[in-house]
Amino acid sequence: MTTPQILPATPAQQPAACGCDQLLALYERMVLIREFEDGVKFLFLEGTMPGTIHQCQGQEATAVGVCAALRADDFITSTFRGHGHALAKGLSVQELLDELFGATTGCCRGKGGSMHVGNMAKGMVPGIAIVGGGIPVAAGLALAFKMQKSDRVAVSFFGDGAVSEGAFHEGVNMAAIWNLPVIFVCENNLYGASTHVSQVMRDTHIARRVGSSYGVRAEQHDGNDVLAVYEAAQAAVAQCRAGNGPVFLELLTYRLTGHSRRDPCHYQPQEEREAWASQDPIDRFARALRERGVIDDPGLEAIRTRVRQQFDEAVQVARCQPLPSVKELTSDVFA
Amino acid sequence: MCLPESGKHLGIAEALREAIAEEMARDERVFCIGEDIAVPGGWGGAFTVTLGLEKRFPDRMINTPIAELGFFGVACGAAMAGMRPIADVQYGDFLLLAADQIINNIAKMRYMSGGQVTMPLVMRAPVGATGRGSQHAQNLERYFTGVPGLKVVAVSNAYDAKGLLKAAVRDDNPVLIFEHKLLYGSKGARAEPGAVDATSDVPEDDYTVPLHQAAVRRAGSDVTILAWLLMLHYSLQAAEELAAEGISAEVIDVRSLSPLDLETLGASVRKTGRVVIVEEGPKRGSVSAEIAASLLEECGEYLRCPIRRVASADVPVPFTPVLENAYRPDVPRIVETAKTVMQF
Ligand SMILES: Cc1ncc(C[n+]2csc(CCOP(=O)(O)OP(=O)(O)O)c2C)c(N)n1
Ligand SMILES: [Mg+2]
Repeated sequence: MTTPQILPATPAQQPAACGCDQLLALYERMVLIREFEDGVKFLFLEGTMPGTIHQCQGQEATAVGVCAALRADDFITSTFRGHGHALAKGLSVQELLDELFGATTGCCRGKGGSMHVGNMAKGMVPGIAIVGGGIPVAAGLALAFKMQKSDRVAVSFFGDGAVSEGAFHEGVNMAAIWNLPVIFVCENNLYGASTHVSQVMRDTHIARRVGSSYGVRAEQHDGNDVLAVYEAAQAAVAQCRAGNGPVFLELLTYRLTGHSRRDPCHYQPQEEREAWASQDPIDRFARALRERGVIDDPGLEAIRTRVRQQFDEAVQVARCQPLPSVKELTSDVFA
Repeated sequence: MCLPESGKHLGIAEALREAIAEEMARDERVFCIGEDIAVPGGWGGAFTVTLGLEKRFPDRMINTPIAELGFFGVACGAAMAGMRPIADVQYGDFLLLAADQIINNIAKMRYMSGGQVTMPLVMRAPVGATGRGSQHAQNLERYFTGVPGLKVVAVSNAYDAKGLLKAAVRDDNPVLIFEHKLLYGSKGARAEPGAVDATSDVPEDDYTVPLHQAAVRRAGSDVTILAWLLMLHYSLQAAEELAAEGISAEVIDVRSLSPLDLETLGASVRKTGRVVIVEEGPKRGSVSAEIAASLLEECGEYLRCPIRRVASADVPVPFTPVLENAYRPDVPRIVETAKTVMQF
């Protein structure tokens, strides 16, 4: 069993270069992801929503902290577990929900579904559900940015499981030899599906492995501390924009929900789950905000209520959105 | 199928599990390799096929990193060195990551070694559109049926699943087994909405099903309907509806996708003179194209009318159920197509 060894006992203290409004915006975005995921889980289990789902409850700080350091015209690649990345990158609750309901108003017109959400206009490549598949793609985006003499950066989100794929090693190596402006964000939640990291790698310190293997700046951070993530991402973005990429960030976190669908997570020891539940990134940030006097309990509750309302309204709309006509089966195959 | 009284009734996932366990018990060289196949508290692979086997065979259920190219290569090496691996991909779509090992090494090693190498390797892959979008849905059969040195079969019921898997394990050549997500009969949290009953009675005694034979599932005289996996079940339903309208359809489970059992298929075509091939997956470049061409060569002169195919549109698998249902051939389309050939 791996316990959250590197997590600090107290919440993040260093005031990041962040105003109160910005801190609260980070908090609200994390709450939005949590409420979205909990609400979608309910709709799915209720049978309202088709398909399968992979959710990110417990991992909100990685998506929000990283995307807060990006511009709208920077790009991210994501995975089968992409709802949080999408909301963090600025996709709307409505376009995501509509997609999950299979409506033609969804971000991918209902053709993509939960595993492939994305919006090119907002800097998110549709989710790549082949483990590791997005890593070289992000390097390719970054290569284009470099060739175009743009200062945009690409970010690839992926899990600890992806580190075992060839695509990971090939993609990181090419980014390294060509100094590409890409940030590889490994959300290490200790499991790839049901398999614990210790079963698939001898040295489970992924950042150390990557740093020594590929000669890139590689850091391990507390992925449940949104400010720590934000600061690390800001530094990585600055380095990439200055032409000194890539950067590798390993963010330690934990999935507080099933791998997919109705997964009961019997492979996770209960003490481990409880230890990580006590490190819930939203609770931790709320505590930090309260201690700093940024907000009080009623204020936090008001955010929660507002977000919940926003989600509920979007669900009402999504239920009535038009489904594609059968003619659309053959559209979008070619440009 | 002739079944002894002592038989039991199983789903495909259970039948495969039994087959694997029996073969592992029978032969120490047999082992399983794949992702999430042997995790205590896990799911027994993506569709429960290997559930609990790690308790019985702790040393021969090898749980891999997410590294398809790598562990298919490992399986290849182990097979060459005298083991008999059963490699499992969670979704057929990931065969594409392993394709280099499968096509360049596993399938060719015997030939390019001038017969020195033996490659007793079984590969299992679930296919079919099931509400998961474009990358967990493809019917991969087409990409592998044209690979020399590889045998390809598809299992449409539990009896066959057990018998074909056992035959594959005992065969000295690489065998790729396609399974369908909607036919497994996976239970509990892993159950699939839209699943079709593919259970069958399975005898207690050891048996195998030959890897190179098609199976006539319903005898008829007017039209031959050829299908496999989920489409076989839909074709049988279609045959029922056609019978109500006085059309006698012979439904054949192609089952052995490579090499094709042209003897069985041809015999039926010579009898009916009309052929409908049903395939889940785009029509272009499909297995049904190969079947049609082979039948034209084999017994084209017996055809009274053009061969017709019911297949998917030439598009990736869409997510939204309205479009996925339009993508997947269905019973009404099979019935309608059979009726069009009856006009000749
Ligand atoms: C190439 C490939 N192999 C297997 C899978 C099946 N699969 C989906 S998610 C997953 C585990 C991924 O683990 P990780 O990368 O740690 O991401 P997490 O699920 O923890 O977010 C697996 C094995 C897949 N989607 N793609
Ligand atoms: Mg993981």
